[in-house]
Amino acid sequence: MPDAQATLSVTVSRGGYDSRQRQIFAVPAHENQTVLDVVSWIQQSLDPTLSYRFACRVGMCGSCAMTVNGVPRWTCRTHVKKVLDGDRLEIGPLRNLPVIKDLAVDMEPFFDKWVAAEGRHHPTRGRAEPIAPIDPLDAQRQTANAGIECINCSVCYAACDTVAANADYLGPAALQRAWTLLNDAKDGNRQGILDAVSGSGGCHNCHSMGSCTAYCPNELDPMSAIAGLKRETARTFFKRRG
Amino acid sequence: MMLDLRLYMLQRLSALVMAPFVLVHLGVMIYAIQGGLSAAEILGRTQGSLGWFLFYGLFVLAAGLHAAIGLRVILHEWTGLCGRALTGATWAIGAALIFLGGRAVLAVTWGGA
Repeated sequence: MPDAQATLSVTVSRGGYDSRQRQIFAVPAHENQTVLDVVSWIQQSLDPTLSYRFACRVGMCGSCAMTVNGVPRWTCRTHVKKVLDGDRLEIGPLRNLPVIKDLAVDMEPFFDKWVAAEGRHHPTRGRAEPIAPIDPLDAQRQTANAGIECINCSVCYAACDTVAANADYLGPAALQRAWTLLNDAKDGNRQGILDAVSGSGGCHNCHSMGSCTAYCPNELDPMSAIAGLKRETARTFFKRRG
Repeated sequence: MMLDLRLYMLQRLSALVMAPFVLVHLGVMIYAIQGGLSAAEILGRTQGSLGWFLFYGLFVLAAGLHAAIGLRVILHEWTGLCGRALTGATWAIGAALIFLGGRAVLAVTWGGA
């Protein structure tokens, strides 16, 4: 357990997308300290040019995800003592997304795929109409509920080896969103969603390796959501052709 | 360009077709080698048999399609091959497997006799 005098050896991946270097910082160790605290201390005390991204600090906004000792994590909710390797900490940007600078990645491809998977609400009623009643105990509603706590942090997307090997693959977050909407009685575009996840980058590329489910900080299960999409697209395959 | 729903379904359906073929193939093998095995014995069973021709003919067809689609995914993810080159490779692998398998099926069911 590090005491107040001890220091951490923190290796930070620096630079833009075309030139990356590693820089080692000595950071005071504390009993209670998150990885985001460490990154912020470096930026405030040692090098104000260090670029990184965070907002809420309490695991709600999904903007502080980075690669910590090789694993994608929310840095705000990761205690240093849980991931420390001796006195060493290695912090890099998320995988599978273009780096803007240092620890900040460009999230645009991630959100573009969210839209490409029809991960947006398709209303069934207008503003003037009454709200459709939903039974919270309905099985389909519970399937939809399983995925609604996703906060778009991209940890699953960074963890996915299929995304790493196939740049067109929509990825676990977008596909889980599509599955959630498919099970939402208030969404009016089932066929559009099924078509959107059946294309060349769609759910059928998933190899069920399960990194998304293993690393999701909210303990969601995108792998099972994608399996649901595979089942549903296969089930309606001949119906749609006929 | 990559694995869309149609290729996915074709691979699943070919697997469905192959599953009983594999079981029968293994079962007959275990049954047939009881008390020794010779080429004459095998050919005696298969040559001129429409049943074995259809059995192994469909088996080869399903295996060729199934393997070509699977290798297409591996080629794309491991070598970055895409577009027409990937489509060409898929067809070439499928055609080669079906040609080689088909030749073997013809040799043991049609040939000689």
